[in-house]
Amino acid sequence: MIQLTAITRIFHMGEQEIRALDHIDLIIASGEYVSIMGPSGSGKSTLLNVIGLLDKPDSGRYQLDDRDVTDLTETEQARVRREKIGFVFQAFHLVPRLTAAENIELPLILAGIPPAERKIRVEETLHAFDLSKRAQHRPAELSGGQRQRVAIARATILRPTALLADEPTGNLDHRTGSEVVALLENLHHAGTTLIVVTHDRELGLRAHRRIGMRDGFIVADEQ
Amino acid sequence: MKLQDTFLFSFKTVTSYPTRSFLIILAMALGVAAVVVLTALGDGARRFVIHRFSSIGTNLIMVLPGRAETAGSFPGATMGQTPRDLTLEDARWLGHLPQVRRYAPLNVGTAELAAAGRLREITILGSTANLLPIRHMQLAQGSFLAHGSQYSAQIVLGAKLAEEFFPDGNVIGQHVRLADRRFMVSGILSRQGETMGFNSDEIVIIPINHAQALLDTTSLFRIMVEVRNRSDIPSAKQAIRELMIQRHDGEEDVTIITQDAVLATFDRIFRALTLGVAGIAAISLAVAGILIMNVMLVAVSQRTDEIGLLKAIGAPGSDIRRLFLTEAAWLSLTGAIFGFMLGHVGSLLIRLAYPELPAWPPAWASLASIVIALSTGIIAGLLPAARAARLDPVKALSGR
Repeated sequence: MIQLTAITRIFHMGEQEIRALDHIDLIIASGEYVSIMGPSGSGKSTLLNVIGLLDKPDSGRYQLDDRDVTDLTETEQARVRREKIGFVFQAFHLVPRLTAAENIELPLILAGIPPAERKIRVEETLHAFDLSKRAQHRPAELSGGQRQRVAIARATILRPTALLADEPTGNLDHRTGSEVVALLENLHHAGTTLIVVTHDRELGLRAHRRIGMRDGFIVADEQ
Repeated sequence: MKLQDTFLFSFKTVTSYPTRSFLIILAMALGVAAVVVLTALGDGARRFVIHRFSSIGTNLIMVLPGRAETAGSFPGATMGQTPRDLTLEDARWLGHLPQVRRYAPLNVGTAELAAAGRLREITILGSTANLLPIRHMQLAQGSFLAHGSQYSAQIVLGAKLAEEFFPDGNVIGQHVRLADRRFMVSGILSRQGETMGFNSDEIVIIPINHAQALLDTTSLFRIMVEVRNRSDIPSAKQAIRELMIQRHDGEEDVTIITQDAVLATFDRIFRALTLGVAGIAAISLAVAGILIMNVMLVAVSQRTDEIGLLKAIGAPGSDIRRLFLTEAAWLSLTGAIFGFMLGHVGSLLIRLAYPELPAWPPAWASLASIVIALSTGIIAGLLPAARAARLDPVKALSGR
């Protein structure tokens, strides 16, 4: 369960103070499917980054699965990210010099899992995401849809409780985008909390719970 | 992240940028090779000189007239300031000391040598039969000065002089004129070349009494003494000093130089020289280190995206720092190993080209250059690694 209390995040641009998040209170239960929508600069990406522990709020508390993670050290936060959170980005963010299999293997290496076990888990995941034939290809040799599949496979290989997707279909055409959405929704059906940040109304409306943001505030929250 | 995986991952990174990695490794390798080759040259020169100096005799003590204040000064530096002569009588007494195996008094001067219609100014050495074994000289033909032949008119020619004056090779038994005296050639020295600033191919050797008469002097240039054992050197030195003081009315007016002391001086000079060139070569290692730092800094900004991603999927800053440090370590270590091999091949080539020069790289230099290369590489990696570890993942991923 994700529980945000009075979360505020302020950016400074010169003299100007921008409240990207202004006293946000939000509870997302385990297994929910949430979309966060809003115009550019509404704070939706910052909210996702705070939930994913990539960004630290200036004030407020954040409880993840009944544990206060607001003031954890950088190393502890990295551990929580590794174990509980999976990120999917608009730009995929695959490591260009590594093959698909090696990209998927990365979180396992960071977690210190022995090579023999890594190999088995990577093969299983490649199979599950229908990427077995592409295992030894580098990102440059993959299509956009395949790249995002590799990225999702990498985000989920450690079975995180929450999957955070920032414009996951932004760089894909409509058909491939739909495939990726179907993949994410399958993972949600398997029990993962799915939080999607998007501009795309069609994608946003598919979520069971839709949060609207504007100027750092939550302006809509519909089930 | 496990250490083994860190090393593997950064090794993969190194091989993923072959041109970049090759250039850094080359720079590091050249630095290490420069240290190895230059120290090999310096140490080779040291061994060469020591060997040459040892080859003029073993367990030698030289007695010079006059008193030099600096121990181990170069022989001949004290010439011309002679308060009391060093005489043949002094030499004879010296020969009776129990530590002395043999001795050879020495006079040096110049005179005109005339033979077969040719005339030339040459260096003459006056000595006795013992000079041959003491100085480890070799004869090419004939015989050296005979024992007890101080007054016989024998002459031994240097190899080059023999060729110049008697191109037909028929030398032994021929007569030559030195100043206005006639000598018969009894032997020819074998070719030795330059030894300690002294070309024995262009000298003649005549009995000491003839030399003194010819040069109109009773004072010796020096006495060369060979002691029985190396361990006798200190006691022989002491005995010679006491004997000379006694014979010279209680005044210490001779300088006694041991070959060991001269050798030790040369050894010190050349070691310092070797260290000096090693230091200069080590500068190139520092330059290679700076190159590594520069390239790693570029790598951090090129791989911002990747660093952000690694953080997003759960790598703490310490993992990122270690990844960049091990990458720098790989680069410098590989460079050091290649440089080590390159340096040894270079030294081998020098030894093949100049067989006289024993250019073996000293072990300390090879080891030190590898250690310095590795540590400069890692130190150079510290700043880029710290910068990478501090990157804000949100900014890194947004590409700003």
